[in-house]
Amino acid sequence: MSFINYASREINCKIVYYGPGLCGKTTNLQYVYQKTAPDAKGKMISLATETERTLFFDFLPLALGEIRGFKTRFHLYTVPGQVFYDASRKLILKGVDGVVFVADSQEERIDANIESLDNLRFNLKEQGYDLDKLPYVIQYNKRDLPGAMPVEEMRRDLNPTNVLEYEACATTGEGVFETLKAIAKLILIDLKKGK
Amino acid sequence: MSNPQMVMYEEEFHEINVVIERLLQEANAKVIFLVDKNGQLISGVGDTERFDTTSLASLTAGNIAATGGLAKLIGEKEFSILFHEGEKDNLHISIVGGRVILVVLFDSRSSLGLVRLRVKKSSDELSAIFDKLLKKAEDKEKKGTSDFPFAEITDDDIDNLFS
Repeated sequence: MSFINYASREINCKIVYYGPGLCGKTTNLQYVYQKTAPDAKGKMISLATETERTLFFDFLPLALGEIRGFKTRFHLYTVPGQVFYDASRKLILKGVDGVVFVADSQEERIDANIESLDNLRFNLKEQGYDLDKLPYVIQYNKRDLPGAMPVEEMRRDLNPTNVLEYEACATTGEGVFETLKAIAKLILIDLKKGK
Repeated sequence: MSNPQMVMYEEEFHEINVVIERLLQEANAKVIFLVDKNGQLISGVGDTERFDTTSLASLTAGNIAATGGLAKLIGEKEFSILFHEGEKDNLHISIVGGRVILVVLFDSRSSLGLVRLRVKKSSDELSAIFDKLLKKAEDKEKKGTSDFPFAEITDDDIDNLFS
């Protein structure tokens, strides 16, 4: 649910990066943070455990620029991917405007991907959202690893509705901004349609 | 969509700021923020320059969401007031009208009792303003007279953001 402020002429939107544990959600945000000009970003917050696993969420505010005199700001969040953090994941989906599903391309993680995607759909439904009606893109991450599954197979399992999809390697940054731009664009188009 | 869009207009923005400015004085507080439950900062008064307001808003909302989850687990609807005590500064966080979060930062020049008392009074006023705001947005939507700035944006406008 975006927030439009006519007084300060701002529009704020919330993007959530979802996916199984260790798929690279935080790495996506870290890359965006590193590569964004200081005046366009706020502080990145990571609520993580001592072993750098996300405990609650990562948060990164980004200012994209102006549209028709309105400053557009995107708040990027990740969820904790580990299965047992489900209660926290639900909370972060509140008020979401767009979702990026980050899939781990390693063959042994395909079940974890499918489980996480089911969990996303279920948790959204609980909040009254329908994934098929939300701005939503998929990122196939870790394409650089030798055990990466062919994209066609991942598509069959994870993208039956044929939403926009991107191949990525979040550690080197490949595909990271393409994914972000795609979801931001879908959200803005959705906003335009919404009224 | 489950939630209506949150919209803020000049008039109500001004009214809100009048209320929280007064609360700032009456409660002898350092800073006061209003945050949407989804983590968007609505307004802030006082010594806001010293703080990373965006992060504060996001973490406050996360905090309220997490304690709300705890409340449900023990059979409560929500915990409507949270208090964090620090060595110098303290945070008084409360839910206004079920939807908005009011954050009051204060030090030893004030007291928890005073803050609670003043917050209670201001909450009712804020609640009324937010009700009015919600109704206004609904009315505009019903009449179809929305002055929504994005209705006329073009694909080029969106592309330009990323160039």
